[in-house]
Amino acid sequence: MKSKSALFSYHAMLLPGSVLLFIFHIIPMFGIVMAFQHFIPGKSIWKQRWVGFENFAFMLQMPDGRQVFLNTIIIAAMKIVAGLVVPVAFALLLHEARIRWFKRSIQTIVYLPHFMSWVILAGIITNMLSLDGVVNQFLGLFGVKPILFMASNTWFRHIVVWSDVWKEFGFSAIIYLAALTGINPSLYEAAEMDGASRLQKLIHVTLPGILPTIVLLSTLSIGNILNAGFDQIFNLYNPLVYSTGDIIDTYVYRLGLIQMQYGLATAVGLLKSVVALILIVVSYRLAYKLANYRIF
Amino acid sequence: MVRSQTLTNRIEDSAILLMLAIFALACLYPVWYIVAVSFSDKSATNAGMVHFWPVGFNLSSYHIILGDEKFFRAFGISVKRVVLGGAINFVMTVIMAFPLSREAKLFPGRNLYMWYLVFCMLFSGGLIPLYITVTTIGLQNSIWSLVIPGAVPIFNVILVMNFFRSLPKELYEAATMDGAGAWQTLLRIYIPLSVPALATVTLFSVVGHWNAFFDGLIYMNKPDKYPLQTYIQQLVVIIDPELMKSLTTDELVKLMKASDKTLNAAKLVVAMIPILLIYPFLQRFFIHGIVLGSVKE
Repeated sequence: MKSKSALFSYHAMLLPGSVLLFIFHIIPMFGIVMAFQHFIPGKSIWKQRWVGFENFAFMLQMPDGRQVFLNTIIIAAMKIVAGLVVPVAFALLLHEARIRWFKRSIQTIVYLPHFMSWVILAGIITNMLSLDGVVNQFLGLFGVKPILFMASNTWFRHIVVWSDVWKEFGFSAIIYLAALTGINPSLYEAAEMDGASRLQKLIHVTLPGILPTIVLLSTLSIGNILNAGFDQIFNLYNPLVYSTGDIIDTYVYRLGLIQMQYGLATAVGLLKSVVALILIVVSYRLAYKLANYRIF
Repeated sequence: MVRSQTLTNRIEDSAILLMLAIFALACLYPVWYIVAVSFSDKSATNAGMVHFWPVGFNLSSYHIILGDEKFFRAFGISVKRVVLGGAINFVMTVIMAFPLSREAKLFPGRNLYMWYLVFCMLFSGGLIPLYITVTTIGLQNSIWSLVIPGAVPIFNVILVMNFFRSLPKELYEAATMDGAGAWQTLLRIYIPLSVPALATVTLFSVVGHWNAFFDGLIYMNKPDKYPLQTYIQQLVVIIDPELMKSLTTDELVKLMKASDKTLNAAKLVVAMIPILLIYPFLQRFFIHGIVLGSVKE
Protein backbone atom coordinates (compact mmCIF):
# COMPACT_ATOMS: atom_id res chain seq x y z
CA MET A 1 0.00 0.00 0.00
CA LYS A 2 2.88 2.28 -0.75
CA SER A 3 1.30 5.23 -2.42
CA LYS A 4 2.85 8.63 -2.95
CA SER A 5 0.09 10.51 -1.20
CA ALA A 6 0.39 8.32 1.89
CA LEU A 7 4.13 8.90 2.01
CA PHE A 8 3.56 12.61 1.64
CA SER A 9 1.12 12.53 4.56
CA TYR A 10 3.60 10.63 6.72
CA HIS A 11 6.27 13.22 6.17
CA ALA A 12 3.75 16.00 6.76
CA MET A 13 2.75 14.41 10.06
CA LEU A 14 6.32 14.15 11.21
CA LEU A 15 7.34 17.62 10.06
CA PRO A 16 6.06 19.88 12.87
CA GLY A 17 7.45 17.66 15.60
CA SER A 18 10.77 17.25 13.84
CA VAL A 19 11.14 21.00 13.47
CA LEU A 20 10.34 21.57 17.15
CA LEU A 21 12.80 18.88 18.17
CA PHE A 22 15.40 20.50 15.96
CA ILE A 23 14.90 23.88 17.59
CA PHE A 24 14.77 22.70 21.19
CA HIS A 25 17.05 19.65 21.11
CA ILE A 26 19.46 19.90 18.20
CA ILE A 27 20.21 23.63 18.23
CA PRO A 28 21.01 23.61 21.96
CA MET A 29 23.50 20.83 21.23
CA PHE A 30 25.53 23.35 19.28
CA GLY A 31 25.53 25.42 22.44
CA ILE A 32 27.88 22.77 23.77
CA VAL A 33 30.74 24.77 22.22
CA MET A 34 30.29 27.13 25.18
CA ALA A 35 31.89 24.43 27.30
CA PHE A 36 35.12 25.17 25.43
CA GLN A 37 34.85 28.93 25.66
CA HIS A 38 35.30 31.63 28.21
CA PHE A 39 31.72 32.64 27.62
CA ILE A 40 30.62 36.18 28.38
CA PRO A 41 26.82 36.61 28.15
CA GLY A 42 25.72 39.28 25.72
CA LYS A 43 28.46 38.67 23.22
CA SER A 44 27.81 36.52 20.15
CA ILE A 45 28.80 32.89 20.48
CA TRP A 46 31.28 33.30 17.58
CA LYS A 47 33.17 36.11 19.27
CA GLN A 48 33.91 34.33 22.53
CA ARG A 49 37.41 33.39 23.58
CA TRP A 50 38.26 29.70 23.06
CA VAL A 51 39.86 28.04 26.02
CA GLY A 52 39.97 24.36 25.07
CA PHE A 53 39.48 22.07 28.01
CA GLU A 54 40.19 24.74 30.60
CA ASN A 55 36.62 24.67 31.96
CA PHE A 56 36.82 20.93 32.45
CA ALA A 57 40.19 21.14 34.15
CA PHE A 58 38.92 23.92 36.39
CA MET A 59 35.82 21.94 37.31
CA LEU A 60 37.83 18.89 38.32
CA GLN A 61 40.22 20.99 40.38
CA MET A 62 37.48 22.68 42.35
CA PRO A 63 36.60 20.81 45.53
CA ASP A 64 32.94 21.73 44.84
CA GLY A 65 33.08 20.17 41.42
CA ARG A 66 34.37 16.83 42.68
CA GLN A 67 31.96 16.86 45.62
CA VAL A 68 28.86 17.29 43.47
CA PHE A 69 29.83 14.33 41.29
CA LEU A 70 30.39 12.25 44.40
CA ASN A 71 27.08 13.38 45.98
CA THR A 72 25.22 12.64 42.79
CA ILE A 73 26.54 9.12 42.53
CA ILE A 74 26.04 8.33 46.22
CA ILE A 75 22.45 9.63 46.29
CA ALA A 76 21.55 8.01 42.97
CA ALA A 77 23.05 4.67 43.99
CA MET A 78 21.22 4.69 47.32
CA LYS A 79 18.00 5.51 45.48
CA ILE A 80 18.52 2.74 42.94
CA VAL A 81 19.06 0.09 45.62
CA ALA A 82 16.29 1.25 47.96
CA GLY A 83 14.02 1.87 45.00
CA LEU A 84 14.44 -1.73 43.97
CA VAL A 85 14.17 -3.48 47.32
CA VAL A 86 11.16 -1.67 48.78
CA PRO A 87 8.83 -2.01 45.77
CA VAL A 88 9.70 -5.70 45.42
CA ALA A 89 9.03 -6.29 49.12
CA PHE A 90 5.77 -4.37 48.90
CA ALA A 91 4.66 -6.24 45.78
CA LEU A 92 5.40 -9.58 47.46
CA LEU A 93 3.39 -8.59 50.54
CA LEU A 94 0.50 -7.47 48.40
CA HIS A 95 0.70 -10.67 46.41
CA GLU A 96 0.42 -12.71 49.61
CA ALA A 97 -2.60 -10.78 50.92
CA ARG A 98 -5.85 -12.61 50.27
CA ILE A 99 -8.61 -10.06 50.87
CA ARG A 100 -9.38 -8.42 47.54
CA TRP A 101 -11.04 -5.17 48.64
CA PHE A 102 -8.19 -4.61 51.06
CA LYS A 103 -5.59 -5.10 48.32
CA ARG A 104 -7.42 -2.70 46.05
CA SER A 105 -7.70 0.04 48.65
CA ILE A 106 -4.04 -0.31 49.59
CA GLN A 107 -3.04 0.02 45.94
CA THR A 108 -5.21 3.09 45.45
CA ILE A 109 -3.56 4.78 48.40
CA VAL A 110 0.08 4.00 47.69
CA TYR A 111 -0.01 5.33 44.10
CA LEU A 112 -1.09 8.77 45.27
CA PRO A 113 2.28 10.36 46.16
CA HIS A 114 3.63 9.53 42.70
CA PHE A 115 1.33 12.12 41.16
CA MET A 116 2.18 14.92 43.58
CA SER A 117 4.82 17.44 42.62
CA TRP A 118 8.04 17.75 44.57
CA VAL A 119 7.15 21.35 45.29
CA ILE A 120 4.14 20.21 47.29
CA LEU A 121 5.80 17.18 48.84
CA ALA A 122 8.84 19.21 49.84
CA GLY A 123 6.50 21.69 51.51
CA ILE A 124 4.93 18.86 53.47
CA ILE A 125 8.26 17.21 54.32
CA THR A 126 9.84 20.46 55.45
CA ASN A 127 6.85 21.10 57.68
CA MET A 128 6.90 17.62 59.22
CA LEU A 129 10.65 17.58 59.76
CA SER A 130 10.89 21.08 61.19
CA LEU A 131 12.25 21.58 64.69
CA ASP A 132 8.79 21.58 66.26
CA GLY A 133 7.26 19.32 63.60
CA VAL A 134 5.52 16.01 64.15
CA VAL A 135 8.62 13.90 63.58
CA ASN A 136 10.62 15.68 66.26
CA GLN A 137 7.64 15.56 68.61
CA PHE A 138 7.37 11.83 68.06
CA LEU A 139 11.08 11.33 68.69
CA GLY A 140 10.70 13.52 71.76
CA LEU A 141 8.46 10.86 73.27
CA PHE A 142 11.55 8.66 73.41
CA GLY A 143 13.64 11.42 74.88
CA VAL A 144 15.42 12.35 71.64
CA LYS A 145 16.38 16.00 71.46
CA PRO A 146 14.88 17.92 68.49
CA ILE A 147 16.98 17.52 65.35
CA LEU A 148 17.25 20.22 62.70
CA PHE A 149 16.80 17.62 59.94
CA MET A 150 16.76 19.88 56.92
CA ALA A 151 20.04 21.53 57.90
CA SER A 152 21.84 18.36 58.93
CA ASN A 153 24.50 16.82 56.75
CA THR A 154 24.12 13.49 58.53
CA TRP A 155 20.40 13.31 57.71
CA PHE A 156 20.00 15.06 54.39
CA ARG A 157 20.88 12.16 52.07
CA HIS A 158 18.60 9.85 54.00
CA ILE A 159 15.76 12.34 53.78
CA VAL A 160 16.27 12.57 50.03
CA VAL A 161 16.52 8.82 49.48
CA TRP A 162 13.68 7.72 51.74
CA SER A 163 11.29 10.45 50.68
CA ASP A 164 11.92 9.39 47.08
CA VAL A 165 11.26 5.77 47.99
CA TRP A 166 8.13 6.88 49.81
CA LYS A 167 6.89 8.78 46.74
CA GLU A 168 7.63 6.11 44.18
CA PHE A 169 7.46 2.64 45.77
CA GLY A 170 3.77 2.10 45.08
CA PHE A 171 4.06 3.10 41.49
CA SER A 172 7.24 1.09 40.91
CA ALA A 173 5.52 -1.95 42.42
CA ILE A 174 2.98 -2.03 39.56
CA ILE A 175 5.42 -3.64 37.19
CA TYR A 176 6.35 -6.33 39.73
CA LEU A 177 2.69 -6.97 40.45
CA ALA A 178 2.13 -7.48 36.74
CA ALA A 179 5.00 -9.98 36.72
CA LEU A 180 3.56 -11.74 39.78
CA THR A 181 0.17 -12.24 38.17
CA GLY A 182 2.00 -13.76 35.22
CA ILE A 183 3.33 -16.67 37.28
CA ASN A 184 1.70 -19.93 36.32
CA PRO A 185 -0.69 -20.99 39.15
CA SER A 186 0.03 -24.66 38.51
CA LEU A 187 3.54 -24.06 39.86
CA TYR A 188 2.02 -23.15 43.23
CA GLU A 189 -0.28 -26.17 43.09
CA ALA A 190 2.63 -28.47 42.38
CA ALA A 191 4.63 -26.91 45.22
CA GLU A 192 1.69 -27.39 47.59
CA MET A 193 1.39 -31.04 46.56
CA ASP A 194 5.01 -31.49 47.49
CA GLY A 195 4.27 -29.96 50.89
CA ALA A 196 6.03 -26.63 50.41
CA SER A 197 5.51 -24.06 53.13
CA ARG A 198 4.59 -20.48 52.41
CA LEU A 199 8.18 -19.37 52.70
CA GLN A 200 9.39 -22.19 50.46
CA LYS A 201 6.83 -21.24 47.82
CA LEU A 202 8.04 -17.65 48.04
CA ILE A 203 11.66 -18.66 47.58
CA HIS A 204 11.25 -21.36 44.98
CA VAL A 205 8.28 -20.16 42.92
CA THR A 206 7.52 -16.48 43.41
CA LEU A 207 11.01 -15.04 43.46
CA PRO A 208 12.27 -16.97 40.42
CA GLY A 209 9.06 -15.86 38.71
CA ILE A 210 9.83 -12.17 39.06
CA LEU A 211 13.60 -12.46 38.82
CA PRO A 212 13.68 -11.56 35.09
CA THR A 213 11.75 -8.37 35.84
CA ILE A 214 14.10 -7.50 38.70
CA VAL A 215 17.14 -8.10 36.49
CA LEU A 216 15.66 -6.01 33.71
CA LEU A 217 14.78 -3.05 35.91
CA SER A 218 18.09 -3.05 37.74
CA THR A 219 19.91 -3.13 34.43
CA LEU A 220 17.93 -0.21 33.09
CA SER A 221 18.56 1.74 36.28
CA ILE A 222 22.28 1.86 35.47
CA GLY A 223 21.45 4.72 33.13
CA ASN A 224 20.20 6.71 36.11
CA ILE A 225 23.37 6.73 38.13
CA LEU A 226 23.92 10.43 37.40
CA ASN A 227 20.28 11.34 37.96
CA ALA A 228 19.89 12.03 41.63
CA GLY A 229 16.58 13.85 41.12
CA PHE A 230 16.80 17.58 40.42
CA ASP A 231 13.20 18.53 41.23
CA GLN A 232 13.36 16.84 44.59
CA ILE A 233 16.72 18.13 45.77
CA PHE A 234 16.13 21.62 44.42
CA ASN A 235 13.05 21.86 46.62
CA LEU A 236 14.56 20.27 49.70
CA TYR A 237 18.11 21.53 49.93
CA ASN A 238 19.62 24.71 51.31
CA PRO A 239 23.16 26.07 51.59
CA LEU A 240 23.73 24.31 54.91
CA VAL A 241 23.58 20.89 53.25
CA TYR A 242 25.47 21.64 50.04
CA SER A 243 28.34 19.44 51.16
CA THR A 244 26.19 16.29 51.14
CA GLY A 245 23.19 17.24 49.06
CA ASP A 246 24.38 19.39 46.18
CA ILE A 247 24.18 17.41 42.93
CA ILE A 248 25.36 18.01 39.37
CA ASP A 249 22.03 19.40 38.18
CA THR A 250 21.55 21.83 41.05
CA TYR A 251 25.19 22.88 40.75
CA VAL A 252 24.81 23.58 37.03
CA TYR A 253 21.71 25.65 37.75
CA ARG A 254 23.43 27.82 40.34
CA LEU A 255 26.67 28.09 38.43
CA GLY A 256 24.98 28.92 35.15
CA LEU A 257 21.76 30.75 35.80
CA ILE A 258 22.55 32.41 39.13
CA GLN A 259 26.28 33.14 38.80
CA MET A 260 26.13 33.44 35.00
CA GLN A 261 29.21 31.29 34.44
CA TYR A 262 27.80 29.83 31.26
CA GLY A 263 30.99 28.18 30.01
CA LEU A 264 31.73 26.35 33.22
CA ALA A 265 28.12 25.32 33.79
CA THR A 266 27.81 24.00 30.25
CA ALA A 267 31.01 22.01 30.72
CA VAL A 268 29.67 20.37 33.88
CA GLY A 269 26.36 19.67 32.16
CA LEU A 270 28.10 18.28 29.09
CA LEU A 271 30.22 15.90 31.11
CA LYS A 272 27.05 14.62 32.72
CA SER A 273 25.20 14.25 29.40
CA VAL A 274 28.04 12.32 27.80
CA VAL A 275 28.51 9.92 30.72
CA ALA A 276 24.74 9.47 31.00
CA LEU A 277 24.42 8.72 27.29
CA ILE A 278 27.14 6.07 27.46
CA LEU A 279 25.56 4.48 30.53
CA ILE A 280 22.09 4.45 29.00
CA VAL A 281 23.33 2.84 25.79
CA VAL A 282 25.25 0.25 27.81
CA SER A 283 22.24 -0.47 30.02
CA TYR A 284 19.92 -0.84 27.02
CA ARG A 285 22.38 -3.21 25.37
CA LEU A 286 22.64 -5.25 28.56
CA ALA A 287 18.87 -5.29 28.95
CA TYR A 288 18.56 -6.53 25.41
CA LYS A 289 21.10 -9.28 26.01
CA LEU A 290 19.83 -10.33 29.44
CA ALA A 291 16.09 -9.93 29.03
CA ASN A 292 15.54 -9.43 25.31
CA TYR A 293 14.12 -6.00 26.08
CA ARG A 294 13.64 -3.33 23.43
CA ILE A 295 11.85 -0.03 23.75
CA PHE A 296 11.17 0.34 20.06
CA MET B 1 -1.29 -30.46 63.84
CA VAL B 2 -3.68 -29.22 61.18
CA ARG B 3 -5.07 -26.70 63.64
CA SER B 4 -1.71 -25.21 64.54
CA GLN B 5 -0.95 -24.96 60.85
CA THR B 6 -4.00 -22.79 60.29
CA LEU B 7 -3.14 -20.76 63.36
CA THR B 8 0.34 -19.88 62.11
CA ASN B 9 -1.23 -19.20 58.74
CA ARG B 10 -3.61 -16.78 60.33
CA ILE B 11 -0.87 -15.06 62.23
CA GLU B 12 1.12 -14.71 59.03
CA ASP B 13 -1.90 -13.37 57.20
CA SER B 14 -2.58 -10.76 59.85
CA ALA B 15 1.09 -9.76 59.91
CA ILE B 16 1.00 -9.24 56.15
CA LEU B 17 -2.16 -7.16 56.35
CA LEU B 18 -0.68 -5.12 59.16
CA MET B 19 2.49 -4.38 57.21
CA LEU B 20 0.47 -3.38 54.14
CA ALA B 21 -1.65 -1.11 56.30
CA ILE B 22 1.52 0.54 57.57
CA PHE B 23 2.70 1.15 54.00
CA ALA B 24 -0.64 2.71 53.12
CA LEU B 25 -0.75 4.85 56.24
CA ALA B 26 2.75 6.10 55.53
CA CYS B 27 1.52 7.31 52.14
CA LEU B 28 -1.67 8.84 53.42
CA TYR B 29 -0.60 10.45 56.67
CA PRO B 30 1.60 13.30 55.33
CA VAL B 31 -1.15 14.38 52.95
CA TRP B 32 -3.78 14.13 55.66
CA TYR B 33 -1.52 15.97 58.09
CA ILE B 34 -1.06 18.97 55.81
CA VAL B 35 -4.83 19.15 55.32
CA ALA B 36 -5.28 19.12 59.10
CA VAL B 37 -2.72 21.89 59.50
CA SER B 38 -4.43 24.01 56.87
CA PHE B 39 -7.70 23.93 58.82
CA SER B 40 -6.07 24.58 62.18
CA ASP B 41 -5.63 27.64 64.24
CA LYS B 42 -2.39 29.48 63.52
CA SER B 43 -1.16 29.55 67.09
CA ALA B 44 -2.01 25.88 67.62
CA THR B 45 0.02 25.01 64.54
CA ASN B 46 2.99 27.06 65.64
CA ALA B 47 2.82 25.49 69.10
CA GLY B 48 3.07 22.09 67.39
CA MET B 49 -0.29 20.91 68.66
CA VAL B 50 -1.60 19.54 65.36
CA HIS B 51 -0.95 15.83 64.94
CA PHE B 52 -3.90 14.24 63.29
CA TRP B 53 -7.07 16.31 63.64
CA PRO B 54 -7.25 20.05 63.00
CA VAL B 55 -6.86 21.96 66.26
CA GLY B 56 -9.05 25.02 66.63
CA PHE B 57 -10.83 24.33 63.33
CA ASN B 58 -11.20 27.41 61.16
CA LEU B 59 -11.18 28.47 57.54
CA SER B 60 -9.16 31.66 57.88
CA SER B 61 -6.28 30.39 55.69
CA TYR B 62 -8.72 29.62 52.92
CA HIS B 63 -10.33 33.02 53.33
CA ILE B 64 -6.94 34.62 52.86
CA ILE B 65 -6.30 32.51 49.74
CA LEU B 66 -9.70 33.45 48.32
CA GLY B 67 -8.68 37.07 48.57
CA ASP B 68 -5.17 36.47 47.27
CA GLU B 69 -5.01 37.81 43.76
CA LYS B 70 -1.47 36.52 43.19
CA PHE B 71 -2.46 32.98 44.08
CA PHE B 72 -5.36 32.97 41.67
CA ARG B 73 -3.33 34.52 38.90
CA ALA B 74 -0.76 31.74 39.31
CA PHE B 75 -3.53 29.16 39.43
CA GLY B 76 -4.98 30.55 36.21
CA ILE B 77 -1.60 30.44 34.47
CA SER B 78 -1.21 26.81 35.49
CA VAL B 79 -4.65 25.93 34.15
CA LYS B 80 -3.89 27.67 30.87
CA ARG B 81 -0.60 25.87 30.65
CA VAL B 82 -2.16 22.48 31.32
CA VAL B 83 -4.81 22.98 28.65
CA LEU B 84 -2.41 24.31 26.02
CA GLY B 85 0.41 21.93 26.87
CA GLY B 86 -1.84 18.89 27.17
CA ALA B 87 -3.47 19.62 23.81
CA ILE B 88 -0.17 20.22 22.02
CA ASN B 89 1.39 17.11 23.55
CA PHE B 90 -1.63 15.08 22.47
CA VAL B 91 -1.58 16.29 18.87
CA MET B 92 2.19 15.83 18.57
CA THR B 93 2.02 12.36 20.07
CA VAL B 94 -0.60 11.01 17.69
CA ILE B 95 0.63 12.62 14.50
CA MET B 96 4.16 11.41 15.12
CA ALA B 97 3.29 7.98 16.48
CA PHE B 98 1.08 7.13 13.52
CA PRO B 99 3.58 7.30 10.65
CA LEU B 100 6.28 5.80 12.87
CA SER B 101 4.05 2.80 13.51
CA ARG B 102 4.22 1.93 9.80
CA GLU B 103 6.79 -0.63 8.79
CA ALA B 104 10.00 0.63 7.26
CA LYS B 105 9.10 -1.31 4.11
CA LEU B 106 5.99 0.80 3.61
CA PHE B 107 7.55 4.03 4.81
CA PRO B 108 11.14 4.47 3.73
CA GLY B 109 12.72 6.95 6.07
CA ARG B 110 10.82 5.65 9.07
CA ASN B 111 13.97 4.37 10.75
CA LEU B 112 15.77 7.64 10.14
CA TYR B 113 13.03 9.56 11.96
CA MET B 114 13.12 6.93 14.70
CA TRP B 115 16.84 7.38 15.30
CA TYR B 116 16.39 11.13 15.28
CA LEU B 117 13.78 10.85 18.03
CA VAL B 118 15.79 8.45 20.13
CA PHE B 119 18.89 10.60 19.79
CA CYS B 120 16.91 13.63 20.96
CA MET B 121 15.52 11.61 23.86
CA LEU B 122 18.84 10.27 25.08
CA PHE B 123 21.18 13.18 24.54
CA SER B 124 20.72 16.82 25.38
CA GLY B 125 22.86 19.91 25.31
CA GLY B 126 22.00 20.54 28.93
CA LEU B 127 20.28 23.28 30.83
CA ILE B 128 22.33 26.33 29.82
CA PRO B 129 22.21 25.93 26.01
CA LEU B 130 18.47 25.22 26.18
CA TYR B 131 17.95 28.30 28.32
CA ILE B 132 19.89 30.45 25.86
CA THR B 133 17.94 29.01 22.92
CA VAL B 134 14.57 29.68 24.53
CA THR B 135 15.48 33.22 25.56
CA THR B 136 17.07 34.01 22.18
CA ILE B 137 13.87 33.03 20.41
CA GLY B 138 12.20 35.51 22.72
CA LEU B 139 9.89 33.22 24.63
CA GLN B 140 10.67 34.58 28.11
CA ASN B 141 7.70 35.79 30.08
CA SER B 142 5.39 34.08 27.63
CA ILE B 143 3.22 31.08 28.40
CA TRP B 144 4.69 29.45 25.29
CA SER B 145 8.04 29.02 27.02
CA LEU B 146 6.32 26.49 29.29
CA VAL B 147 4.62 24.63 26.48
CA ILE B 148 6.67 24.71 23.29
CA PRO B 149 10.12 23.45 24.36
CA GLY B 150 8.54 20.21 25.60
CA ALA B 151 5.92 20.04 22.85
CA VAL B 152 7.07 16.62 21.65
CA PRO B 153 6.92 14.08 24.49
CA ILE B 154 9.23 11.55 22.84
CA PHE B 155 8.63 8.79 25.34
CA ASN B 156 4.86 9.07 24.86
CA VAL B 157 5.34 9.00 21.10
CA ILE B 158 7.17 5.69 21.45
CA LEU B 159 4.53 4.25 23.79
CA VAL B 160 1.68 5.19 21.48
CA MET B 161 3.64 4.01 18.45
CA ASN B 162 3.99 0.61 20.10
CA PHE B 163 0.28 0.62 20.82
CA PHE B 164 -0.59 1.48 17.21
CA ARG B 165 1.62 -1.38 16.08
CA SER B 166 -0.38 -3.80 18.17
CA LEU B 167 -3.54 -2.95 16.18
CA PRO B 168 -4.24 -5.36 13.31
CA LYS B 169 -2.64 -4.25 10.04
CA GLU B 170 -5.73 -5.33 8.15
CA LEU B 171 -7.54 -2.30 9.53
CA TYR B 172 -5.16 0.03 7.76
CA GLU B 173 -5.39 -1.94 4.54
CA ALA B 174 -9.18 -2.01 4.66
CA ALA B 175 -9.29 1.73 5.22
CA THR B 176 -6.99 2.31 2.27
CA MET B 177 -9.15 0.07 0.10
CA ASP B 178 -12.14 2.18 1.01
CA GLY B 179 -10.27 5.23 -0.12
CA ALA B 180 -9.24 6.71 3.22
CA GLY B 181 -6.01 8.65 3.23
CA ALA B 182 -3.44 8.55 6.03
CA TRP B 183 -5.03 11.43 7.95
CA GLN B 184 -8.49 9.92 7.75
CA THR B 185 -7.22 6.52 8.84
CA LEU B 186 -5.57 8.11 11.85
CA LEU B 187 -8.58 10.20 12.82
CA ARG B 188 -11.35 7.73 12.12
CA ILE B 189 -9.74 4.41 12.99
CA TYR B 190 -6.52 4.60 14.98
CA ILE B 191 -7.51 7.32 17.44
CA PRO B 192 -10.95 5.87 18.30
CA LEU B 193 -9.38 2.44 18.81
CA SER B 194 -6.66 3.78 21.09
CA VAL B 195 -8.71 5.81 23.54
CA PRO B 196 -7.40 4.08 26.70
CA ALA B 197 -3.78 4.37 25.60
CA LEU B 198 -4.19 7.99 24.52
CA ALA B 199 -6.03 8.84 27.72
CA THR B 200 -3.14 7.39 29.68
CA VAL B 201 -0.40 9.39 28.01
CA THR B 202 -2.51 12.55 27.98
CA LEU B 203 -3.25 12.29 31.70
CA PHE B 204 0.44 11.80 32.33
CA SER B 205 1.36 14.86 30.31
CA VAL B 206 -1.36 16.89 32.03
CA VAL B 207 -0.04 15.87 35.45
CA GLY B 208 3.48 16.70 34.28
CA HIS B 209 2.41 20.17 33.18
CA TRP B 210 0.53 20.84 36.38
CA ASN B 211 3.48 19.73 38.52
CA ALA B 212 6.28 21.49 36.62
CA PHE B 213 7.84 24.43 38.41
CA PHE B 214 11.35 24.82 37.09
CA ASP B 215 10.66 26.18 33.61
CA GLY B 216 8.38 28.77 35.18
CA LEU B 217 11.18 29.77 37.50
CA ILE B 218 13.85 30.22 34.84
CA TYR B 219 11.84 31.57 31.91
CA MET B 220 9.61 34.00 33.79
CA ASN B 221 11.38 37.11 35.02
CA LYS B 222 8.32 38.51 36.74
CA PRO B 223 6.71 36.68 39.65
CA ASP B 224 3.27 37.64 38.39
CA LYS B 225 3.85 35.33 35.42
CA TYR B 226 4.69 32.30 37.57
CA PRO B 227 2.56 29.17 37.26
CA LEU B 228 1.19 27.87 40.55
CA GLN B 229 3.93 25.38 41.42
CA THR B 230 6.62 28.00 40.88
CA TYR B 231 4.65 30.48 42.96
CA ILE B 232 4.40 27.97 45.82
CA GLN B 233 8.02 26.96 45.44
CA GLN B 234 9.03 30.57 45.90
CA LEU B 235 6.85 30.93 49.00
CA VAL B 236 8.45 28.01 50.70
CA VAL B 237 11.98 29.09 49.84
CA ILE B 238 11.82 32.83 50.27
CA ILE B 239 14.88 32.81 52.48
CA ASP B 240 17.80 34.06 50.44
CA PRO B 241 20.48 31.34 50.26
CA GLU B 242 23.32 33.77 50.79
CA LEU B 243 21.59 35.22 53.83
CA MET B 244 21.01 31.73 55.15
CA LYS B 245 24.70 30.91 55.05
CA SER B 246 25.47 33.80 57.34
CA LEU B 247 22.77 32.99 59.87
CA THR B 248 23.41 31.06 63.04
CA THR B 249 21.28 28.00 63.72
CA ASP B 250 19.27 29.86 66.36
CA GLU B 251 18.44 32.69 64.01
CA LEU B 252 17.46 30.17 61.40
CA VAL B 253 15.08 28.46 63.79
CA LYS B 254 13.45 31.80 64.60
CA LEU B 255 13.07 32.55 60.92
CA MET B 256 11.46 29.19 60.28
CA LYS B 257 9.03 29.69 63.15
CA ALA B 258 7.99 33.05 61.77
CA SER B 259 6.80 31.57 58.48
CA ASP B 260 3.08 31.09 58.24
CA LYS B 261 2.74 27.31 58.29
CA THR B 262 -1.04 27.27 58.27
CA LEU B 263 -1.38 29.51 55.25
CA ASN B 264 1.35 27.68 53.36
CA ALA B 265 -0.35 24.38 54.16
CA ALA B 266 -3.63 25.68 52.76
CA LYS B 267 -1.85 26.74 49.57
CA LEU B 268 -0.32 23.28 49.22
CA VAL B 269 -3.74 21.73 49.69
CA VAL B 270 -5.34 23.92 47.01
CA ALA B 271 -2.51 23.03 44.63
CA MET B 272 -3.15 19.34 45.32
CA ILE B 273 -6.87 19.51 44.58
CA PRO B 274 -6.68 19.25 40.77
CA ILE B 275 -4.50 16.15 41.08
CA LEU B 276 -6.91 14.61 43.58
CA LEU B 277 -9.78 15.37 41.20
CA ILE B 278 -8.26 13.53 38.25
CA TYR B 279 -6.78 10.81 40.44
CA PRO B 280 -9.69 8.38 39.89
CA PHE B 281 -9.14 8.64 36.13
CA LEU B 282 -5.40 8.26 36.51
CA GLN B 283 -6.05 5.16 38.61
CA ARG B 284 -8.20 3.62 35.93
CA PHE B 285 -5.77 4.20 33.12
CA PHE B 286 -2.23 4.14 34.33
CA ILE B 287 -1.86 0.43 34.99
CA HIS B 288 -2.77 0.07 31.37
CA GLY B 289 -0.15 2.68 30.60
CA ILE B 290 2.60 0.70 32.29
CA VAL B 291 1.64 -2.41 30.39
CA LEU B 292 1.63 -0.27 27.25
CA GLY B 293 5.35 0.27 27.58
CA SER B 294 6.07 -3.43 27.44
CA VAL B 295 4.25 -4.02 24.17
CA LYS B 296 6.86 -4.79 21.57
CA GLU B 297 6.90 -4.86 17.84
